[in-house]
Amino acid sequence: MKMPLPDAALIARKGEIVRALRRLVPGEGVIGDSAGLVPYQSDGLSAYRQTPLAVVLPETVAQVSAVLAWCQANGVKVVPRGAGTSLSGGALPLTDGVVLGMARFNQILEVDYANRCAVVQPGVTNLAISAAVEADGFYYAPDPSSQVACTIGGNVAENSGGVHCLKYGLTTNNLLGCELVLMGGEVVRLGGKGFDAAGYDLLGVVTGSEGLLGVVTEVTVRLLTKPQTARAMLLGFDSVEAAGATVADIIAAGVIPAGMEMMDRPAIVAAEAFVHAGYPTEAEALLIVELDGPEAECAELSQSVAALAQARGATTLRTSASEAERLAFWAGRKAAFPAVGRISPDYYCMDGTIPRRQLPHVLTRITEMAGEYGLGVANVFHAGDGNLHPLILYDADQPGQLEAAEAFGADILKLCVAVGGVLTGEHGVGVEKRDLMGEMFSETDLAAQQRVKCAFDPDLLLNPGKVFPRLHRCAELGRVHVHRGAVAFPDLPRF
Amino acid sequence: MLDLASVTETPKSAAEVAELVADAAAGGRTLEVVGGGTKRRIGPMAADGIVSMAALNKVVDYAPEELVLTAQPGVTLAALEKLVAAQGQMLPFEPPHLGKLLAAKGRATLGGTLAANLSGPRRIRAGAARDHFLGLQAVTGRGELIRAGGRVVKNVTGYDLPKLMAGSWGTLAVLTEVTIKMLPAPRTELTLLYFGLDDRRAGEAMTRALNAPAEVSGAAHLPAPTAARPPLAGEMAVTALRLEGFAASVAARAEHLVLALKDCGRAEQLDGSLSRDFWAQVREVEAFWKDPRPLWRVSVPPAVGWRVAESVAGEALYDWGGGLVWLLSETEPAGVRAAARALGGHVTLYRGEGPAFEPLEGPLAALTARVKAAFDPKGVLNPGRLGGG
Repeated sequence: MKMPLPDAALIARKGEIVRALRRLVPGEGVIGDSAGLVPYQSDGLSAYRQTPLAVVLPETVAQVSAVLAWCQANGVKVVPRGAGTSLSGGALPLTDGVVLGMARFNQILEVDYANRCAVVQPGVTNLAISAAVEADGFYYAPDPSSQVACTIGGNVAENSGGVHCLKYGLTTNNLLGCELVLMGGEVVRLGGKGFDAAGYDLLGVVTGSEGLLGVVTEVTVRLLTKPQTARAMLLGFDSVEAAGATVADIIAAGVIPAGMEMMDRPAIVAAEAFVHAGYPTEAEALLIVELDGPEAECAELSQSVAALAQARGATTLRTSASEAERLAFWAGRKAAFPAVGRISPDYYCMDGTIPRRQLPHVLTRITEMAGEYGLGVANVFHAGDGNLHPLILYDADQPGQLEAAEAFGADILKLCVAVGGVLTGEHGVGVEKRDLMGEMFSETDLAAQQRVKCAFDPDLLLNPGKVFPRLHRCAELGRVHVHRGAVAFPDLPRF
Repeated sequence: MLDLASVTETPKSAAEVAELVADAAAGGRTLEVVGGGTKRRIGPMAADGIVSMAALNKVVDYAPEELVLTAQPGVTLAALEKLVAAQGQMLPFEPPHLGKLLAAKGRATLGGTLAANLSGPRRIRAGAARDHFLGLQAVTGRGELIRAGGRVVKNVTGYDLPKLMAGSWGTLAVLTEVTIKMLPAPRTELTLLYFGLDDRRAGEAMTRALNAPAEVSGAAHLPAPTAARPPLAGEMAVTALRLEGFAASVAARAEHLVLALKDCGRAEQLDGSLSRDFWAQVREVEAFWKDPRPLWRVSVPPAVGWRVAESVAGEALYDWGGGLVWLLSETEPAGVRAAARALGGHVTLYRGEGPAFEPLEGPLAALTARVKAAFDPKGVLNPGRLGGG
């Protein structure tokens, strides 16, 4: 993975930069020593590591604004960071840049039940929001698997998902507003507590912008009322096709489950060996279907789902009879990643989305490619919305295996795009999929996106090296000329 | 406003749209982008020519089992609603058509609805138009044909330009193809009606209903003078709560809600088509069709919705649990804007003379101008529509 060439002159100015930051953020808020920088070398995509020039941990919006304004005035790059759980390298530091950590913004500022929202600082963890309102019967819906650790500010940057997206949406569908500091230090408020705001939907474009547009210093999230009941079903099948057809039948019956997960046999076997959830290890595919709502609804719909699964020849069919059993059904799925970690020294998690009807074809191709690369693969899958998580098994100590895993991963994502899907459903582009953006977007498409970047950050100092395969200087972008809207190969489908 | 017939171009492909916009940009001319023309009067404009999207009205791909539909922007909402209803599905954001409210001849299109980010009563539960706008092909003010987003329901690849286009009122790019998310239509619906509540008590009742685990998918209040107008022609204020879904679930939630609101008086029930008709008239603001006074769309935090009519003289219709207030008022515009702002919201003038959109200030205005320039540096598209540049 190539990062922008570090600027030696900036690295040479490290002492001066650290001193300047210390003036702006007094006390313990600036880390410059090499031992203190080690924890910031990577994020959840730990195959990539770099040591930042310095880390600054501001406590107030005024400090964030002052740090960004100083960095802009001095041409210093900034990488924003929440908890550092990104799976795409969104918070990977730069050797010639400063990491701006938002961990000290950890307060829930207001819970407003009358407007069903909470105003929180960006360093609050995803789960802490739900925990704060749980006793009153509310919760915050998006639940990325890292929710114990990941912060809401990071969730905004990545537009994080989770297993309940199909029914409840991603982060972007659960936000009402935010406060954002631009690279120049200006503070803007986007949205509020109402359902829409005046002007362009800048909140919508900031969400999922991967830390390239601004630094979020406050977030207003929607709170939902907790469903009265939740019930999970475990459905085993002797083919991926039968499981996929059942998913389609459930949706065709008008049922949108709260969660609908699929695992293939290698994932089932690994999870069962790890947590003993009672999964049928002989099944080729396992579905976990969660229904929520009033008891009457869960009772009716679980019978409908059971009938549909039986019609497709389900070999296992269990419905949770208690909350403990529901959690047990989920335990294997939630432990799928560490479970795979037990059977392979390393694994690499992919994140493409495909039209669901393409599932059997895509899984067959993935199995074939695994053979070609000589690597194992286990598949977990947000079946309801077509978001695939193939886990490629490799051993970084074996020469060439990391490179093979990366090449295999890239081939999987290209396949996702080729069948009408996308590169990333919820993990973000980051550095990981940056160089694959051309598979989905033309130069013209990417230039249009980059002009948005230039509107927010004209000197390209915020999180450079992420998302865009090539970051053009903003002045150069203005000169990109397209004659009468013509692009190369206009008839080539790009989705 | 230009006469539609005189200077209208009707492109038949995205490439033709790109050519028209590129030519206008090169020649220093401006263009008004029109779908069905229903919302032309919102935001005054003076453009040199008109681009009608009427000929780009095909459904490109509809895969009910994938919950996505791709169409050209000129397809009418009416045609789309018919198509998806035949598959047991719906446009989840329940878009209002507003043709009659705005005294327009044309028919609302999908493109215009997305460009205005218009959502109906179900917005409180299902989300807005922008939440279901998954992907696009569009021609920017530079005359460039671009794609953004995707054709699947879950995608975070690249910037979410569909969100940016939703509610941009055609000032950044001309949509030439859009992909939206569908959902299964509910099997049953039921509306509980409460009578005679004043605005404040109605606001509190709606909040309580929305905070109960009842999945309320519509919460509206018509004060007595509004309810007295056609089509309801009622004698008392009406507060309405809608429940949708599978029959057993709706029945259970209705029971729960009636219990939770027992201090609001006896609830009357509307089923099936009666419930549908009621919400259609709320969605289309039918009570205010015939009144010539200026009509404001007020967006505020829902819990303070009832205060809008308290601070501005006029007649109100509350939707979205109080978060959306349609307000007939002859109060001068600055007063209406200030009142909404004081409550943490903003207003748009839907019917009446003068600027329609809320003026922005400070760094947000500057950022907005830079975003506009990123897509349309020469100001070709819908010039002046949002006010300012």
